[in-house]
Amino acid sequence: MAKKRPAFYHFLGCVIPHRYPSVEKATKLVFEDLGMDLLDMVGATCCPAPGVFGSFDRVTWASIAARNLTIAEQGGYPITTGCNGCFASLWDSNYELKHDEELRKAVNENLAEIGREFKGSIEVTHYVDALYNTAGLPKIRKRVTHPLKGVRMALHPGCHWMRPKLLKQKDESERPHIFRELCEVSGAEYVPYKDELICCGAGGAVRTADVKVSLEFTKQKFDSLADAGGADIIVTPCPFCLLQLDLGQVEIQKYFGEEYVFDVMHVTELLALAFGHSPEEFGLGTHLQYMQRKSQPNWERLGIKV
Amino acid sequence: MIQASARSRCVTVTTTEEKPAVDVDDDVDLEFVEMIKKTGGPNIQNCYQCGTCSGSCPAGAFTNYLVRGIIRKALLGLKEEVISSPDLWFCTTCYACTDRCPQDVKPTDVIKAIRNVAVAEGYMLGPHQKVAAKVVEAAHAVPLDKESWQNLRVKVGLEPVPPNASGNPWAIDEIRKITKKSGFEKLIGYEEFMKAQKEKAKKKAEEKKSQKKE
Repeated sequence: MAKKRPAFYHFLGCVIPHRYPSVEKATKLVFEDLGMDLLDMVGATCCPAPGVFGSFDRVTWASIAARNLTIAEQGGYPITTGCNGCFASLWDSNYELKHDEELRKAVNENLAEIGREFKGSIEVTHYVDALYNTAGLPKIRKRVTHPLKGVRMALHPGCHWMRPKLLKQKDESERPHIFRELCEVSGAEYVPYKDELICCGAGGAVRTADVKVSLEFTKQKFDSLADAGGADIIVTPCPFCLLQLDLGQVEIQKYFGEEYVFDVMHVTELLALAFGHSPEEFGLGTHLQYMQRKSQPNWERLGIKV
Repeated sequence: MIQASARSRCVTVTTTEEKPAVDVDDDVDLEFVEMIKKTGGPNIQNCYQCGTCSGSCPAGAFTNYLVRGIIRKALLGLKEEVISSPDLWFCTTCYACTDRCPQDVKPTDVIKAIRNVAVAEGYMLGPHQKVAAKVVEAAHAVPLDKESWQNLRVKVGLEPVPPNASGNPWAIDEIRKITKKSGFEKLIGYEEFMKAQKEKAKKKAEEKKSQKKE
């Protein structure tokens, strides 16, 4: 008998479906190639952003997150999401609601208004978990038909998939290796730089409060990368980091007058390219940096003929 | 809007000649620590002021945000000073401090708890009120609010509207019910905010109309 295909409820969040839909499309291609099903979460909302809503009112934050969890609980499949922020809200609330009786009671009182109840019966994963643990590197390696040979690749793992490390138990957050191993399967060459592990600057409601301060973080990362000799692409597992690093280049130019030109991708876009999908197939050129600058990815550096 | 202090404009004030000392006897609120512990920062009293948090903090490099200082002030009961400071909102919640804290204070959670207290006491920044209202109104902090965003989806080969709340008004109704019940709408002043937004839009439309006439 054929082995049952792994299936996940696909939590889209806000930034992927509403601003960077190329990531949604690339993810669908990559998961299909790897024989994993993505199920629609009909009526899912904002996660809601952990550093934003968690900073305003913890109980409301946990209630909206728990409502999203109940959609998956009804179908009984684990959730997967490609956003560090969504992952943090859903994973953290799932954990906190299982361990904090008082919070669970308050949340379920709110959910009773809409006939829902948090049961704590499903797990929350990130695409990185689904790719690394469920599909596994050997299977992914087999699908790579167009390795990105000679492409210099810097990484931005971001914060909320692996931190807080003791709670999440995902990776050693001071010296992480899982995201790097996953990206290296693409055949691109890993370029280390000093500030690889610092935050992109967008989280915790800082981008909303003061975009210039948030861009200071981004600029520090870019300068650190330039000191390391630069890179052809920056890869991240989070669309909010992607937005900050991609659109952020246009904003840095506007506010600080300094020009940086990096192609930035989500990890599923990197894998889609390595699996032989053309950039048009998922719309790599629709990243907001290119739309605003009326530019294109540096196809030559990426080794892609268009 | 918070005043950004770029590195070049950073002023170091340390001695009592340069700045007034904080008078700890003034306005001490001993309930503050208990509030923080209850709101999501239960380990705040573990702190022995080693400063690992601030040494690890990327926000501290660009702004006057000082995690250690905020925690110390909170422990002293300087509630008003802590919750009214805009510096409180420069933490990106990257958790670098939490991963390095030798006392398991979980400084990021403490900061988030203090922010909850600040919002409850009326200290909410304008842009934050706006994004909070977005979720109540559209169930998404970053909504599908323009046709161009739908076109972008079509361009990459997806359906124009995703299966989330953007195409399912019943989901937005559910969020409204939750945020009403939890008191969140009242907390952020949702009704007043939306009313003001509508009036602003109406005024703008009228101005445009009169400009056209001229």
